[in-house]
Amino acid sequence: MFGYSMADIGNIMVMQGFSGLSMFTVLLLMALGLAIIFGQMGVINMAHGEFMTIGAYTTVMLSKVATTYGFVNYYFVFAIILAFILAFALGYFIEFIMIRHLYKRPLDTLLATWGLSLVMQQSFRSTFGAKEVSAELPEWMLGSFKPTPDIDIPINGVFVMILALLVTAGVYMFMYRSRWGLRVRATVQNRVMAGAVGINTQKVDRVTFALGCGIAGIAGAAFTTIASTGPTTGTLYIVDSFMVVVFGGAASLMGTIASAFGIAQAQSILQFFMTSSMGKVSTLLVIVGILMMKPEGLFASKLRK
Amino acid sequence: MNTSLSKLVGGKEGLVGLAVLAAIIFVVLPLGVDIFRLNLVGKYLTYAFVAVSLVLLWGNGGILSLGQGIFFGLGGYGMAMFMKLEASDPITTKIQTTPGIPDFMDWNQITSLPWFWEPFKSLPLTILIILTIPALFAYLIGFAMFKRRVGGVYFAIITQAIALILSILIVGQQGFTGGVNGITDLKTVWGWDTRNDSAKYILYYLNGFLLFGAILLSKYVLNSKFGMLLLAMRDKEERVRFSGYDVSNFKIFIFCLAAMISAVGGAMFTLQVGFMSPSFVGIVPSIEMVIFCAVGGRASLIGAVYGTLFVNFGKTFFSESYPELWLFIMGGLFIAVVMFFPDGLAGIWAKYSHKLNFFKKKSSVIVAEMPSDITKKDADKKMANDIGVTNIEGAKA
Repeated sequence: MFGYSMADIGNIMVMQGFSGLSMFTVLLLMALGLAIIFGQMGVINMAHGEFMTIGAYTTVMLSKVATTYGFVNYYFVFAIILAFILAFALGYFIEFIMIRHLYKRPLDTLLATWGLSLVMQQSFRSTFGAKEVSAELPEWMLGSFKPTPDIDIPINGVFVMILALLVTAGVYMFMYRSRWGLRVRATVQNRVMAGAVGINTQKVDRVTFALGCGIAGIAGAAFTTIASTGPTTGTLYIVDSFMVVVFGGAASLMGTIASAFGIAQAQSILQFFMTSSMGKVSTLLVIVGILMMKPEGLFASKLRK
Repeated sequence: MNTSLSKLVGGKEGLVGLAVLAAIIFVVLPLGVDIFRLNLVGKYLTYAFVAVSLVLLWGNGGILSLGQGIFFGLGGYGMAMFMKLEASDPITTKIQTTPGIPDFMDWNQITSLPWFWEPFKSLPLTILIILTIPALFAYLIGFAMFKRRVGGVYFAIITQAIALILSILIVGQQGFTGGVNGITDLKTVWGWDTRNDSAKYILYYLNGFLLFGAILLSKYVLNSKFGMLLLAMRDKEERVRFSGYDVSNFKIFIFCLAAMISAVGGAMFTLQVGFMSPSFVGIVPSIEMVIFCAVGGRASLIGAVYGTLFVNFGKTFFSESYPELWLFIMGGLFIAVVMFFPDGLAGIWAKYSHKLNFFKKKSSVIVAEMPSDITKKDADKKMANDIGVTNIEGAKA
């Protein structure tokens, strides 16, 4: 096949599979935030990629501070926390001034947040310059792990994957095992009734939106370990993340994980055998095709039509 | 005036609106600006085709397509492929390895014309393709989605993904499509040079007439019984369905019509600007065109034209003078229009025009007027009207 021996193919699969995993982690973290916002609230946040960029710039800036003051080895933990806090706070604010006025018009949230994303992109460009910047990685994250002589697995990839799994577990705990998650789910199921039993639904909305944005911030921190950050970084992932959310079935956490995995792996492996654009095109075409057959997504909860 | 004609233009008020727009496009602008700027206006007016198509689709049908760039691009590429073939006859391209094929194909080691380029050797066939292929493509998308009752947000995301696919495909298949540079160096149509001033005037007027044709056709559609159904579907789709109408067929029809109108705009774009590139196909141009429509007033056909001109003049002015500010202003405009003026310029006009008793003469003020004194309370009240609500029940089911 394609002039490779079987052993080569095996190694390519493992290595491309692993580079797919790095993409999977970023997509998963992005899509988790989106799935919370879109799946639970029906709001389309086109500025989600820019919230990720906030997290990425936070990490880059903190890495600069860390190199000056010599705590490079463990700044990353603070970067993740700070990225989350900043993105969360901005999300909270945006919900307050903008999104809450638009809940009745889901398509309009799409346009308004697109406007927001333009404003945010230009703010990044004015503040940090148009050039791409990258974070100083701590030494323990560099290098790679070699199980066999032909296979190279970068350590930063392993790290972000563990991070993504932790965040996913955290989201699961939050949504299904905490009082807050209970309130969020109650509000989604029946807003009026939830209000009647004493849940402050406006506050629930605000926290849900902010939480989604905060997770995007973590995605940004993870992103800095695999690529450099520019003002328009977020736009590269936004359509993919939406496809992940829709493909997985909007309100399903399992679906989001499965579809992020499938999409990232398909793109990564196809990009090796075809050109990178054709790999992306064929993946997207398959997704659109499947969505046309099964519009509710892979893991949608059963609904009667 | 007989009744059917009066119904077509929308009564006396509609006639005045059309007449003022015609006066601006056909008299004021050609006399007022030089040919370079007029060519620019002509380019903006090709976007107005898309904005008009979105008024049908989104403002009146409640279907938000974030992929109108697909159809604009298909139309534009169709015309560009014809003109490129005419520009690459064997004599002018004799220095190439394979004379008679477009230069970018030669650069990409392609030695014969791909099969899908063959029909573009003939102008009538090209025009036929421009009118049918985008509509056919829209039919396929529409059939797959509306028959399964996919609507609202899901439809928007999927059309957006299709726009992304098409633009990546065009960029990636450089040998067949000209890649990221697009198809350039377009010179003639049937030996008629489109680059000199007189040709530019002729194309500008042709574009204007076609745009008016599109507006009148849209008005005709909206004023018919079908237009009523379209509005009803936008506001209460389930009720229309339960009344025995096949909602999906109506949606497919309006989507195809919108695709066709957009494609004509794309073809006129290529003729006037002299090239076509993937940057007019992807996600960003598609959303920008939605904004032109939203700024003009999503339910107003004439408003869409004004909105397109207004945003594009603003874009040209600010990107020439204050390039850093442009994205802030554009983004701010998006947010402000969606949040405070969901009916756009047309809504503002409808609100304030009755205060001006001499309104017939002054409709052109719409373009310049952007009242800043609208109060928060008004804005909230406006929002409560919920013009753009489309039902997500359909999407969720």
